[in-house]
Amino acid sequence: MMKSMKTFVLLLAVLPTLAFASGGHAVHLDKAPVDLADKESLQRGARIFVNYCLNCHSANYMRYSRLQDLGLSEDQIKQNLLFTAEKPGETMGVAMSRTDAKAWFGATPPDLTVIARSRGADWLYSYLRGFYRDDSRPTGWNNTVFEKVGMPHVMWSLQGEMRPVYRKDGEHEVVARLELARPGSVTLAEYDAMVGDLVNYLVWMGEPVKMQRMQIGLIVLAFLGIFFIFAYYLKKEYWKDVH
Amino acid sequence: MTGMQKLLGWIDARFPLTATIRAHLTEYYAPKNFNFWYFFGSLALLVLVLQIVTGIFLTMNYKPDAGLAFASVEYIMRDVDWGWMIRYMHSTGASMFFVVVYLHMFRGLMYGSYRKPRELIWIFGVLIYLALMAEAFMGYLLPWGQMSFWGAQVIVNLFAAVPFIGDDLSLWIRGDYVISDATLNRFFAFHVIALPLVLLALVAVHLVALHEVGSNNPDGVEIKKHKDANGKPLDGIPFHPYYTVKDIVGVVVFLMVFSAIVFFTPEMGGWFLERDNFVPADPLKTPEHIAPLWYFTPFYAILRAVPPLFGSQFPGVVAMGAAIVLMFFLPWLDRGKVKSIRYRGPIYKFMLAVFVVSFIGLGYLGTQPSTPVATMFARAFSILYFLFFLLMPWYTAIDKTKPEPERVTG
Repeated sequence: MMKSMKTFVLLLAVLPTLAFASGGHAVHLDKAPVDLADKESLQRGARIFVNYCLNCHSANYMRYSRLQDLGLSEDQIKQNLLFTAEKPGETMGVAMSRTDAKAWFGATPPDLTVIARSRGADWLYSYLRGFYRDDSRPTGWNNTVFEKVGMPHVMWSLQGEMRPVYRKDGEHEVVARLELARPGSVTLAEYDAMVGDLVNYLVWMGEPVKMQRMQIGLIVLAFLGIFFIFAYYLKKEYWKDVH
Repeated sequence: MTGMQKLLGWIDARFPLTATIRAHLTEYYAPKNFNFWYFFGSLALLVLVLQIVTGIFLTMNYKPDAGLAFASVEYIMRDVDWGWMIRYMHSTGASMFFVVVYLHMFRGLMYGSYRKPRELIWIFGVLIYLALMAEAFMGYLLPWGQMSFWGAQVIVNLFAAVPFIGDDLSLWIRGDYVISDATLNRFFAFHVIALPLVLLALVAVHLVALHEVGSNNPDGVEIKKHKDANGKPLDGIPFHPYYTVKDIVGVVVFLMVFSAIVFFTPEMGGWFLERDNFVPADPLKTPEHIAPLWYFTPFYAILRAVPPLFGSQFPGVVAMGAAIVLMFFLPWLDRGKVKSIRYRGPIYKFMLAVFVVSFIGLGYLGTQPSTPVATMFARAFSILYFLFFLLMPWYTAIDKTKPEPERVTG
């Protein structure tokens, strides 16, 4: 028994070396300050989301009423956040038609309901802080994380205009970092915090049940732990007479 | 006679209830020396039941329609009571099914469980494995994400590599020129009805064959050789209650691992639920890197490792098929004097280790984009994979084995 357990543990030990399947982007990403327990941050993020994102992007699988999970009352949702729908039970659709969107931006802005699950929080956090002025682009904006992106810098009035600082990388010039060219209505630190709240919200919206799922998980594991003790001693009792 | 006994007598006169329970549980004698590796058969059965039950509940809200499928999965995740748990159990169950089955098959390799008189058990097992692969592949299309779509596109295109009939064949499978609503509908039908029926039937014959000849054990010796005056094997114990209570312990430990994944990391870092599959299928946008889920990647790596012939991928497809078909011949390829690894010689132990490393190596390489170095490794591992089978008649025959014990040991 012990020997076969050892073989198994050895097999398991090999597996983690393989555990880097997904991801693998060459671009450096900043760590997003995600904290799903911070309801206030999530509420601020929700407000930024409906004000800045929901004009062009939909969140077609997300119901307004689900925002009650963030500690908001149905009335608060109706008064402050319900822009694109009549009733809180509806999903976060978008008024802009898909054909218009395609004509204006070159591509339909993706639905954002589960964007944090496909892109990852760090990517979103870096992307939303990675816009810089580039007059060669049709929108006048480029991005350090998503080169030649079709999306303009929607929150430029907050962040201000960033200018790239280049460095030589062999033959090519690459963007080393961004610096502030023209200040926006908030400081860069405040802007980072706002984007942090927004990304926090996007992560929450990607899977609103996540916190609850983990709490239930603890109860399930505790139950199984106790069950294990009974199962183990039951087995031991029966196997006493096997020699 | 109590009422219960009367009822039982009434049933037994009409249906062999007591006889069946005796034959398969209370008087089915299993070797007393099963070890850790013997948990995975009953666990595979448990996962099969979990998949069927969670699958039934998913079907109640899932919509097999290219325009609605992705949204219906999110609906299950958000608006259906406990839908998220059912869906995560099903997605985790798919991967855990393969984990359990791979360990179960590895047990067979270690202890020679495929050898005479258990050849048919092994063959039914390989058929279960094949049906399971088809089931998993078709199920993966249903969420209608980018990886669902492009994974299916790549795999169905393999059939297009078959000479002469390839194009018509892949067209026939898809029901369209690309993966589309027609494909989704037929894959749904296969996934929820056809293949589960095949799986259940195969599992039934797998078990019937097992109970006919009796289980192998870590020593690879037959317990039926030594029986007591009543005809009971001396080294056997009734499956119930001994192995039922033991398997409950295994089930609880398994469920702890399973729950830890379902509740704390259902994506398993992209291994069980891929990131790109949270993007709805888009026939016009090919993802940067298409890889099948981890349980297919060893065979995918073999496919890519074989160089094309006259611009056709067919040799790779043949190699991939051969990698699985060879498993059927295992009982006749092995000419060793003993069954169990405990009494095998150093050559078999070495070859088995090489095989495991190759299989895991191929599995890893199948997840990675191909580069010249990766392809070189994939070719080396593929050759080693095949040599394990093809050289087996030779190396098992010349291997220096130890004498088998008469009776099972500890």
